[in-house]
Amino acid sequence: MTSAPHCRRLGGLLKTTPMALIDLANPTRFLRLTERALPWLAGATALAFAAGLYLAFFVAPDDYQQGATVKIMFIHVPAAWLGMACWALMSLAALGTLVWRHPLADVAAKAAAPLGAGFTFLCLVAGSLWGRPMWGTYWVWDGRLTSVLVLFLMYLGVIALWRTSDDPARAARAVAILTLVGAINLPIIKFSVDWWATLHQPASVFRMGGSTIYPTILIPLLVMAVAFTLLFATLHLAAMRNEILRRRVRALRLRQAAQGA
Amino acid sequence: MTSLAALFRRDLRLAVRLGGGAPMGVLFFLIVVALIPFAIGPDLALLRRIGPAILWIGALLASLLALERLIAGDQEDGSLDLILMGRAPLELVVAVKALAHWITTGLPLVIAVPVLALFLDLEPGAIAAVALTLLVGTPALTLIGLVGAALTVTLRRGGLLLPVLILPLTIPVLIFGVAASNAAVVGPMAFGAPFTILCALSLMSLVVGPFAAAAALRHGME
Repeated sequence: MTSAPHCRRLGGLLKTTPMALIDLANPTRFLRLTERALPWLAGATALAFAAGLYLAFFVAPDDYQQGATVKIMFIHVPAAWLGMACWALMSLAALGTLVWRHPLADVAAKAAAPLGAGFTFLCLVAGSLWGRPMWGTYWVWDGRLTSVLVLFLMYLGVIALWRTSDDPARAARAVAILTLVGAINLPIIKFSVDWWATLHQPASVFRMGGSTIYPTILIPLLVMAVAFTLLFATLHLAAMRNEILRRRVRALRLRQAAQGA
Repeated sequence: MTSLAALFRRDLRLAVRLGGGAPMGVLFFLIVVALIPFAIGPDLALLRRIGPAILWIGALLASLLALERLIAGDQEDGSLDLILMGRAPLELVVAVKALAHWITTGLPLVIAVPVLALFLDLEPGAIAAVALTLLVGTPALTLIGLVGAALTVTLRRGGLLLPVLILPLTIPVLIFGVAASNAAVVGPMAFGAPFTILCALSLMSLVVGPFAAAAALRHGME
C-alpha cells in the first residue's frame, strides 16, 4: 500500500524521526514484527488479567457501604481510561496522517475507532449496572456518565465516517480532521457537561474514591489498568494487521478487475 | 478582497432567489415549536418554564436542516472546483460562505423567536434573553456545521451523516445557550457567566471552523 510519493516523503522524514517509527512505516516489516510480538502480548494480557482479577476478587476488601458491587469499579474505571486514551491515540494517528503522511497512521486510526467505542460502551454498561444498586436507577444524568456517553456517540460518528468512502486513503483524511476537531472539542464538552451537571444535580453526587483510596483497592485497580492497556495493545495490533491485509486484498481485486476489463 | 465580496453577494443572491433557505428553516422551526405542546400537553406554566429550551432545540434542528446546502450546491454545479483553484485563501472563502449562510438561515431564526415565543407564553424579558443568546449562539452552530458540511460534501449519503457528526459537537453551545436564557428568567445564577462562555464558544468555533473546513475541502477534493 505504500505508493511511491509516500516513500519519497518519508525519505525526507528519515533524518528527524526516531528509527523505530520508520521501520514500522513499511507494512511488510510491520506485519513480520507484529506476528512475532502478538503471542507474547496476548500471553502478557492473560497473565495481567489473571493477576488483576485475583487481586480484585480475593484481595480487595468489600466497601463497607457498597458491599461487593464496588468490584465493578475494577472493570469500569480502566475501561473509561482506555476509552479516553484511545481518542488520544487516534488524534496522534490523525496528525500522522495529515502532517507526516505516515502510511500506517490511518491504519492505526481505523483499527482504534471500534476498540475505543467498545471500551466506552463497556464503561457505560458497567457504570449503569453499578448505578442500579447504588443510585436505584440505571442512568443518572451525572457529569461523568454524560461525557462518556458523548464520547461514545463521537466514536460512532467516526466509525460511520470511515464506512462512507470505499477509498481508505480519502476516508482517512476526513476522519483525521474530524478526530482532531473532536480532540479540541472533547475537553470543552467535558467542561460544559460538568458545569451543567453541577447546575442540575443535588449536592449528593456520588464521588468515587476521592483522596481516601486505600492501597488494597488502588493496587488491584492499577493492575487491572495495566491488563486493559495490554488487551488494547493486543487487539489494536491484531486489528491493524487485519486492516493491512484487507487493503492488500482490495488492491489485488482492483488490479484483477483492471486486467479483466 | 473583491473576489470574496463577489462570493458573498453571490451566495446571498442564490439563497434569496433559489428559495428553500430562510423560509424553509423558519417554517421548520415553527413546526418543531408547534409540535412540542402536542407531545407534552397545553400546560402554559410548563411551556413557560421549558420555553427557552424548546426554542433552542428548535433553532438547533432548523439550522441543521439547511447545512447540507452550505457547500453541496457549489459541488454539484462545479463552482467548488473553481473556488479551490482560485487565489483567494480557502479559509477566508469558507468563512465568507459561512457568514452568508448565517445571514440567510441563522439570522431569520433569531428574528422569528419573538413570534414563536408567544406560543410558549414567554415574558418579554425571557424573549429578549432567548433572542440574544440565539443571536450569539447560532454563528457557532453554523461554523461547527461548516466543518461537517465540508467533511461530508464529497461522500455518498453525506447528508445523512452530517447531523450524526455535528450534533455531539454542538452540546456545549446548547448547554450554555439554554443556561443563559434560563438564568435571565428564573435561574439561580447571573446571566453574565453562561452568556460570556457562549460568546467564547462562538469565537472559538470562528477560529477552528474555517481552518478545519478548508483542510477538509482540500483533502476531500484531492
